[in-house]
Amino acid sequence: MSTENTLEHKIAKADFEGKQEYTITVYAENRIGLLNRIAIIFSKRKINIESLNTSPSEIDGIHRFNIVITESYDVVRKLARQIEKQVEVLKVYFNTNEEIIWQELALYKVSTDEIAEKVTVERLLRQYGASAVVIRKDYTVFAVTGHREETDALVKALEPYELIEFVRSARVAIIKDSAGFHEKLKEFEAFEPGEELIENEFLDKGEKIFTM
Amino acid sequence: METAQDTIQAEAQAETSKTLFKGTGSQVLLNGLIEEGVTTIFGYPGGAIMPIYDALYDYADKLEHILVRHEQGGIHAAQGFARTSGKVGVCFATSGPGATNLVTGLADAQIDSTPLVCITGQVFAHLLGTDAFQETDVINITTPVTKWNYQVTDAKEIPEVLAKAFYIAKSGRPGPVLIDITKNAQLQVEEFPEYVKCNHIRSYRPKPKVRVEYIQQAAELINSAKKPFVLFGQGVVLGSAEQEFKNFIEKSGIPAAWTIMGDGAIPTSHPLNVGMLGMHGNYGPNVLTNECDVLIAIGMRFDDRVTGRLDKYAKQAKVIHLDIDPAEIDKNVKADVGVWGDCKETLPLLTNLVNAATHEDWLAKFRDYNQQEIDQVITPELYPEGDEMTMGEVLRNINEICGGDAVVVTDVGQHQMVACRYAKFNNTRSNITSGGLGTMGFGLPAAIGAKYGAPDKTVIAIIGDGGFQMTPQELGTIMQFGAAVKILILNNRFLGMVRQWQQLFHDKRYSFVNITSPDFVALAKSYYIEASKVDERANLRNALETMINHEGSYLLEVMVGRENNVFPMVPQGMSVSEIRLK
Repeated sequence: MSTENTLEHKIAKADFEGKQEYTITVYAENRIGLLNRIAIIFSKRKINIESLNTSPSEIDGIHRFNIVITESYDVVRKLARQIEKQVEVLKVYFNTNEEIIWQELALYKVSTDEIAEKVTVERLLRQYGASAVVIRKDYTVFAVTGHREETDALVKALEPYELIEFVRSARVAIIKDSAGFHEKLKEFEAFEPGEELIENEFLDKGEKIFTM
Repeated sequence: METAQDTIQAEAQAETSKTLFKGTGSQVLLNGLIEEGVTTIFGYPGGAIMPIYDALYDYADKLEHILVRHEQGGIHAAQGFARTSGKVGVCFATSGPGATNLVTGLADAQIDSTPLVCITGQVFAHLLGTDAFQETDVINITTPVTKWNYQVTDAKEIPEVLAKAFYIAKSGRPGPVLIDITKNAQLQVEEFPEYVKCNHIRSYRPKPKVRVEYIQQAAELINSAKKPFVLFGQGVVLGSAEQEFKNFIEKSGIPAAWTIMGDGAIPTSHPLNVGMLGMHGNYGPNVLTNECDVLIAIGMRFDDRVTGRLDKYAKQAKVIHLDIDPAEIDKNVKADVGVWGDCKETLPLLTNLVNAATHEDWLAKFRDYNQQEIDQVITPELYPEGDEMTMGEVLRNINEICGGDAVVVTDVGQHQMVACRYAKFNNTRSNITSGGLGTMGFGLPAAIGAKYGAPDKTVIAIIGDGGFQMTPQELGTIMQFGAAVKILILNNRFLGMVRQWQQLFHDKRYSFVNITSPDFVALAKSYYIEASKVDERANLRNALETMINHEGSYLLEVMVGRENNVFPMVPQGMSVSEIRLK
């Protein structure tokens, strides 16, 4: 099973030049300063990071960054190469939304009186799959986990009813077509790079583009 | 009788005394430098690096320390040293302003892939973040301009971090590394294990195992090409692959042109060396880039000064790109075949698979263009008929005197382009210039370092009147430590390259390019450096010979024509095939 996204696969999905949302997954050592080193790869090119999450990965001691940007395939691939070039980065993947399972968590603080009085609010909450995290006399905190559109829609819906506070987490994403990093790490730890390690997807286009 | 237990204990003791070194973080740092083969350090002391300098006092017989006059001079000298010697350049600076003065050199080394290890002192760990005296966030300031950097707050980390630093700086695509060491770590006394060099970091792959299928695809393309053209850059030099490169072009018979960073990887006189690429490069290589059928780029990165307008660059050609840095492949020019790897490994594989060939008709085209350039540009530049001296004729004289064996270090501007265009090189690692960053002020300090890196060579620093005034303080370093650098100032009393652009593209509105100079001869003499000035052709040859044959350092100022332009030129935003001869 391949964990790498081949060019053919990518190009079939997205116009090379056209912008769309990409989720970049970075496996890296857990080291002070690395986040800055990665962030400036984007800011140097004046590219805005829409969402950034750092978390542990399936492997102890290895961190996993999820970065969301809206860019063309060509730009994202170059960014991925630049990130992977950093000494403490092990591997970078980038995926379109169809290729990942992703979630964001949003919290909404609303006045308890408002919800108690207005049935419509309660209906809204049911409709958006919200759960109550805290219920106090003065306010209630609801949580929704889901895609951006879902959490955004609830913000819109709650606006007329005194939404006191709103916050949304960064995106976390699992790559559908990934066997995880355990096997790969063995390759990285080996002294000589193995075949898996030298995967080089932009070179794998040979068959397609090489015509002479 | 000796028991087994005694033996074990004795062995354990012997082991301990052999492998453990008790001392300060500073001492273990210097020991590590010696283990890494460092002989020369360029540096400047200050408060936060004093413990290291205190330890250095006892290492005078093992480590030569050159006290520069400014940290920027120190790092450029380390760059010059690295470029001529092929070793890692090392420089020391203190915290705060000492560290920030390194930034230009780090950026220069980063973009020109020069291996450096820079050690900066830092305030005590407990003062970090308190805006202490001479505290600056050097790690974050230098992150975009280093291949790797690390702050040490505990001496126990020093040996491992130093070993990593050297490994990272010199392996793969080389680059600058900075280690920031807090003062407490420099002073901390510990028992250190034996120094172990680093040769593997799990998250870092300096080079891949070469995949033969791409070599085969490249060879197929080359073998079917009628008009193949090789572009080579510093990658050939950094990979020490000069011989492998020569074998490749000689077997395949392909004409080869260089970027200024690749200049000298094969001798200037090599019959397949067709000259310089880019904005002020040679006529044929630029025009024929847009005529070749297969373009083979080796260890170069398609800088905009090389490619001109990208959407009109070699569109007719199949592109093969050999590079050790996968991020360079497809970055600016899309490769039909990317060969990711160290060209020292990939070139022999490719040479094996390519057919022996000659491309006489194709080479003749380069010669035709070259003849046009000789007639219209080169001859008037090298053998001018007017009274004013040209930069080109100075270079011609240097070629005649040195025969192509000198190391030529340049600063940035018109003289740099003229030197790259006309200087003859027989040997690799002889052309030292600030290519990617274009750092004025690079020339003098880099030449000092270049001399330490190649002590047996004649080192000539060619510098403009503008660039010289950016780092003239390094004359003091020459005065004190005696680097026999030949300083050649080509003085046109203008910031010439900017003036040229203002003339050609800004209606001759000469905005702040009219720079005045001090008496350079008197300045040099005030540093006890021999010096003279030439303002007419009759004395030029003699003066150059005097400079080159002089025992120690020497400064020669040559007054050249004020408003000479460097041609050919690919105007910015134009295609390489739109190169102008005048």
